[in-house]
Amino acid sequence: MALSNTLLVMLGTSLLGAIAAIVGSFAVLRRRALVGDLLAHAALPGLCAAFLLIGYQPLARRLFGTSSEAGNWQFSLMLSGAFVTGLMGVALVTLVCRYTRTKEDAAIGIVLSTFFGAGVVLSSVIQNLPTASSKAGLQTYIYGQAAGMTREDVWFIAVVSAACLILVALLYKEFQVFSFDPGFARAQGWPTLALDMAMMGVLALVTVVGLPTVGVVLMAAMLIIPGAAARFWTNRLGTMLLIAGLIGAASGIGGTLISAGMLEGLLGFDPLAFGHNTRNLPTGPVIVLCGTALFVISMLFAPQRGAIARLARIVGVRSRIGRENLLRSLYELSESALPDRPSIGWQQLVEERSWTAASVHRLARWGKNAGLIEYTPAGARLTSAGQAQAERFVRAHRLWEMFLISGADIAPDHVDRDADSIEHFLTPQMVESLEAQLAAAGKLQTTPGTVPVSPHDLPGAADPRSPAQERTGG
Amino acid sequence: MVSWFHTLDAQVQDALLVIGIASLTNVACALLGCYLVLRRMSLLGDALSHAVLPGLVVAFIAAGSLNIVYMFAGALAVGLLTTFLTQTIHRQGNVSADASIGVVFTSLFALGVILIKRYGQGVDLDPDCVLYGQIDLVEFYTVPLWGYEVPRALVSILPVLLLNIAVIVVLWKELKISSFDPALATTMGINAERLFYLLMALVALTTVASFEQVGSILVIAMLIVPGATAHLLTDRLKTMMLLASLVAVVSAVLGYFLSIAWNVSAAGPMAVVAGGCYFTAAVASPRYGILAAFLRNLQISLRIAREDLLAMLYRLEELHVQRRLSPHEAAKAIGAGMLGDAGLWSLLRRRDVARIEGKLELTDRGRQRAAELVRSHRLWEAYLVEHLGLPPDHVHDPAERMEHFIDSRLQEQIVADLSDAQKDPHGREIPGG
Repeated sequence: MALSNTLLVMLGTSLLGAIAAIVGSFAVLRRRALVGDLLAHAALPGLCAAFLLIGYQPLARRLFGTSSEAGNWQFSLMLSGAFVTGLMGVALVTLVCRYTRTKEDAAIGIVLSTFFGAGVVLSSVIQNLPTASSKAGLQTYIYGQAAGMTREDVWFIAVVSAACLILVALLYKEFQVFSFDPGFARAQGWPTLALDMAMMGVLALVTVVGLPTVGVVLMAAMLIIPGAAARFWTNRLGTMLLIAGLIGAASGIGGTLISAGMLEGLLGFDPLAFGHNTRNLPTGPVIVLCGTALFVISMLFAPQRGAIARLARIVGVRSRIGRENLLRSLYELSESALPDRPSIGWQQLVEERSWTAASVHRLARWGKNAGLIEYTPAGARLTSAGQAQAERFVRAHRLWEMFLISGADIAPDHVDRDADSIEHFLTPQMVESLEAQLAAAGKLQTTPGTVPVSPHDLPGAADPRSPAQERTGG
Repeated sequence: MVSWFHTLDAQVQDALLVIGIASLTNVACALLGCYLVLRRMSLLGDALSHAVLPGLVVAFIAAGSLNIVYMFAGALAVGLLTTFLTQTIHRQGNVSADASIGVVFTSLFALGVILIKRYGQGVDLDPDCVLYGQIDLVEFYTVPLWGYEVPRALVSILPVLLLNIAVIVVLWKELKISSFDPALATTMGINAERLFYLLMALVALTTVASFEQVGSILVIAMLIVPGATAHLLTDRLKTMMLLASLVAVVSAVLGYFLSIAWNVSAAGPMAVVAGGCYFTAAVASPRYGILAAFLRNLQISLRIAREDLLAMLYRLEELHVQRRLSPHEAAKAIGAGMLGDAGLWSLLRRRDVARIEGKLELTDRGRQRAAELVRSHRLWEAYLVEHLGLPPDHVHDPAERMEHFIDSRLQEQIVADLSDAQKDPHGREIPGG
C-alpha cells in the first residue's frame, strides 16, 4: 500500500516536473524566469476569492488545513480563480512597464507582494470563518503537500500536461521564434500579443496545477531550474525542451524517492541520512534540491557550455599561447646567429617575457618532449623542427605588426603587444593573405614565405652582450 | 517618557507599539529599497528575503535559541552567499540574471524549509511566522534593557535602521553616483563591486531584523514598493527617500487599522496598503502618472483640434465665399469627433469664434490667431519645397502636422531662409508677417 502510494506520488511529481520544465524553458529563454514566481504568488488571492464565492471545504482544508481530500468541479473552479488572478498579475506587470517609468524587476516585485498580501488577508478571513478547521495556516500553499496526492490529482495533472504539450507542439515554431527574437516575430506580422498570452496562459495553468504539490516558491523553482540546466547542454530548442523535461521528471522521481525513505530500501543504507533518516522530509523542497543538484552538475560538466569544459578550453589556449611564445622567443633570441641555432640561457629566457623560471622550464619540457627544443648545458635551443615551427609564429607575428603599422597607423614601438594578443589566432590562410596584401602594397622587404625582418627593435637580439651575439661574433 | 507610555490605555499602548515598530521596520527597508529600485536589483532583494531562511535556521541550530547576534551572522553569511552565487552563475555560467536569481533563491529556500522541518519544529521559526511575522504579538517578546522591559523587536530593528541611515549618510555621494551611473562611478575610482556587496549585506541584515516581526511578504513589499512609488513622484534621491519613508509609515499605520478591522495578521494589509500607494501614484503622479500622460495627450489633441478649426474657418473666409459653416459642420469637417466638438466649444468660450445666426464667424482675435497658424503652415510648405525639394502636392500633410509646433522665432528663421515669403507653393498669399 505504501509502495503503491509512493509510485502514485512519483508519477504525479515526475509528470509535473516534466511539464513545468518544458513550459518554464520558454520563460527562461525569454528572460522572464521570475514570471513563474509572480504567477505562483498572484494565484493565492484568486484561490481564496473563489473559495469565498463558491465554497469548497475539502480543498480549503487541504490548502489551509490538514485534510487531504480533493477532486471535483469545484476544485477546478478554485483553480480557475487562481489562474485568473495569476494572469491578472502578469497583465498588470506588462501595463506598469509600458505606461510608467517602473522597470520590469520592480513591477514584478510590486505586483507579487501586493497580490500575495491580499491573498494572505483573504486566507486569514477564510481561517476566521466558523467552519474553518482548527489547524490554521497556509502551510500547504506555501510548501506544498506532495504526499497527499490522490489518483484523481495525478489524472488531473496528466490531462493538463497533455493539453499543454499539445498546445506547445501546435505552436512550436511560433514559440521558438518568439522566444529567441520577439522583434522578428512582430516583423513577420505574427500576433505577438496573442502568442505571449498563450505562453503565459500555459505557464499559469501549470503553475496553478502544481501549487498544491510543491507550493509557491518551489513551483517557481520547478519552472526555472530544469530549463536553466538544460540550456548548458544544447543550443537547439527541441533538444533543450527534451533535456529540461527529463531533468524535471528526474527531480520529481528522485525527490519522491528520497523523501519516502526509499533510498534505504533500494541501497540497503541511506546515503543522505547524516544521523537522521530522510523519511518524512517534505517532498516539494527535496524535489527542488534534486533539480538544483542536476543544475550544478550541468553547470560543471556540460560538454560545451559547462564550467569545466570552459576552464579546460581556457587552460588549453593559455598553454598553447605559452608554447608558441617560448618558441618565438627562442627564435628571436637566436635570430642573428641563424642558420646556427645557438643555445639560449635560462635566465635570458625568463627575462624575455614576464615568465617565471618555473613556467619557462615547464614550457621547455613540453618542447623537449615534442622534439622542438633540445637542452644544452647553458640552457636550451631550437631543434630544426622547432625552428620551422617558430618561423611560422614569428612570421605571423611580424606580418600582423606590419599590417598594424601600415593599416591601423599604430606606432612601431606599440605593435608588439597588440600583435601578441592576435597572432595565436591567425589561420594560415589569413597569414597568406596578410603577406599578399603587404607585398602588393610594397611594404614587404623580404621574399614572401620567409620570415620578414621585425619592424621594431628586438631588445634581446639588439643587446650586444647577449649570448647569441657573442656566439656569432666568435 | 516610558512612564507616560504606561498611563495610556492598554489597547492604545499596543497599537502605538505595533505601529511604531512596523514603521521603523518599513522605513529601514524602504531606504535601502530606493537603491534597489534605481539599480534595477529589486528582485535580488526579493531573493534575499527568501534565501536568508537557511541562514536563520543554521544560526538557530548553532545558538540553540533565537539569539539575535547569531541570527544576524547567519543571515549576513547567507545574504552574501546568495549575492555571490547569483553573480557567479550569471557571469561564469552565462545564465541570464533573472534565471540565476531564480535558481539560487528557490534552492536556498528549499534547503531552509528542509532544515526547519528537521530542526526547527516547535520553535518560533514555524512556517506561519516566516510568512506573517509576529508583529501583532510584539509586546509579548521583551528583553530587559537598562532596567526596562523593552520589546525584542525594537532591540533588533532600531540598531539596523540607524546603521542603514549612517551608511547612507556617510556614503551618500558614492551610493548615489554608483546607483545612477555605475560607469561614471568606476571612472571616479568608486569601487562599485564593494558598494554592491555592502548594499546587499545591509539588505540581508535588514531582512533578518524585519523577518521576525513582519514575515517575508512584508519584507519583499517594503523593500520594493515604497521606493518604486517614490520614484514615480520625484527625480531627486533625497526627496525619493523621504517619500519612500512616508509610504512606509502610511503602510504601517493604515495596515494596522485594516488588520484590526478585518481581524487578520498585520503583514498582509500593510503590503496591500503599500501596493495601493504604488498604484495610486502610477495613476495619479503629476509627472509620470498614467492620468497625467493621458491629460497631456488630451490637451495637445484639443489644442490641435482648436487650431485646425481656426485655420479652416480662416481659409473659408479667404476664398471670399459667403457660405458659413454651422458648428456641427465645422466639427465634422476636421474629423476629430468629440475632440472637435470640445475644441469648438472652447473657441466659442474664448471668443475666438462667434456664432452669428447659428453660423460660425471668426472674431478679430480669432482671425489674428488663425492667420498666425496659416502663416506657419504656408511658410513650412514653402520651406519644404525650396530647401527639401518636396513636390508642392506633397507638402500639405507634413505642414498640417508641423503648423502646431512652429513659434514666432522659428517663423522668423524660416522667413530668413526663404527667397519669397509672400506666396506659398500653391500660389496663395502667406498672411501676417
